[in-house]
Amino acid sequence: MTKAMVIIGAGECGGRAALALRDLGFEGPVTLVGDEPHLPYERPPLSKEAMAGEAPAIKAITSDEILAERSIRHIHSVQAVAIDRAAHVVRLSDGSALPYDKLLLATGSLPRKLPMPGLGARCVYLRTFNDAKAIRAHLRAGNRVAIVGGGFIGLELAASARKLSATVTVIEAQPRILMRGVPAEIAETIHKQHEAEGVTILAGQGIAAITDDGAEVRITLAGGLEVVADLAIIGIGAMPVTGLAAEAGLTIDNGIAVDAELRTGDPDIFAAGDCCSFPLAVYGGRRVRLEAWRNAQEQGALAARNMLGAGETHAAVPWFWSDQYGLTLQIAGLSDEGHSVVRRDLEDGAFILFHLAGDGRLVAASGIGPGNAVARDIRLAEMLIAKRAKPAPEALGSQTVKLKSLLAA
Amino acid sequence: MTGLTGAEQSNFPEEQMSDWVEACEAADIDEEDVMRFDHGGRTFAIYRSPDDEYFATDGLCSHEKVHLADGLVMDDIIECPKHNGRFNYKTGAARGAPVCVNLRTYPVKVDAGKVLIQIG
Repeated sequence: MTKAMVIIGAGECGGRAALALRDLGFEGPVTLVGDEPHLPYERPPLSKEAMAGEAPAIKAITSDEILAERSIRHIHSVQAVAIDRAAHVVRLSDGSALPYDKLLLATGSLPRKLPMPGLGARCVYLRTFNDAKAIRAHLRAGNRVAIVGGGFIGLELAASARKLSATVTVIEAQPRILMRGVPAEIAETIHKQHEAEGVTILAGQGIAAITDDGAEVRITLAGGLEVVADLAIIGIGAMPVTGLAAEAGLTIDNGIAVDAELRTGDPDIFAAGDCCSFPLAVYGGRRVRLEAWRNAQEQGALAARNMLGAGETHAAVPWFWSDQYGLTLQIAGLSDEGHSVVRRDLEDGAFILFHLAGDGRLVAASGIGPGNAVARDIRLAEMLIAKRAKPAPEALGSQTVKLKSLLAA
Repeated sequence: MTGLTGAEQSNFPEEQMSDWVEACEAADIDEEDVMRFDHGGRTFAIYRSPDDEYFATDGLCSHEKVHLADGLVMDDIIECPKHNGRFNYKTGAARGAPVCVNLRTYPVKVDAGKVLIQIG
């Protein structure tokens, strides 16, 4: 009997999974269900390249023609409302029901809401293409933009807004920007760049109150400062979308809990991408949840293989990047695994921090520089991390030692 | 270095094949590495393979127009520095998400220690 594959969530992860099932030769029915009206598209450009033009352009990862040609049924603008595990059926918000043999939950994440009263129409979040369009309409000279949260989304939007000559203030409750997962030295480089571009960064400033009268937003900080803006963009993190899984009785543990093969407690249900937490082999099975584009891609493809019975375990090293102005940051691995740091300086002010565990193992590398100055070395570091290599700190720190030579060792 | 010829593949009809252009010294590129070459308003990537052959492709990734010469060469693969799109630089073939459009390749030869490419 031909099996039916159903994927809930038509973002990067779900889209890649659907295409991967066909790449792997699966010929049965594949259905991709998404609650947005669009084809699966890339989200990273929404805070960056999409803001550059007059109107944001969507960067779809596939087309209607390809989906038709590959017999992938894409049901859009519809939510999955319940999973009947006993009957192997997913119920949708349009009243229909989809039978499945294997189900993939690629439900992604949603912006964490600022838990305060007073937010109105001029307080917005960025997750979808439609959100990006709404934000873009406010980015112009003379407009004041307040960004709540000095994380990646907030800072990338700050850079985009400055390029369009808006007045930008970033408000961060923590003592510095990028507290989560980014070393202080690198955050400092980014902070300076924003200030040089004319962004005001107010770090260590909690918010006491917000009022939004529909014309402007007033943000009163705990220290008494007041920031008045035409638009407040809130970027204080993301929450995994787990409601559907939780109601179906699946285990939730900082996301839909899956094993190394991305399988939930139900052998016929998988989860992948932002919505799931999984054991990361490279750190001894530490359970993590990643909000990253490459992870969404890789896990979508891995889930597809395992839905077809491959039984492969997730082995990738986390990797992500951020572009702000002409700077690119790339991080491979999780720097909080490190106990000591070795710095390697590259050309044009670029540098890389190598994070070493107590036993000398390379566990992460964080780099920043103009353009793609750090890309090659970060990629090599990622391979060293995957090999669980213990490179000599002197070699890592010396610009004259090629990282590739350490890989061969 | 012997005068080995690189990528034999060409996407051009015979009549469009034009002059060979000197790109760099053969010794300018390490083995298993890549170098950027700009010419006539276009940009190319010139590769030296681990077995000491030379190849050339379009210089920009087909995903987001990033210079591939900032990327990593491993065996016969060039990996885009931005989003890790992979191509076989000998054939130009895209090797999976996020890249799906192949790179154009160009004939290469080494003559008297110089790398020449036929950019058509």
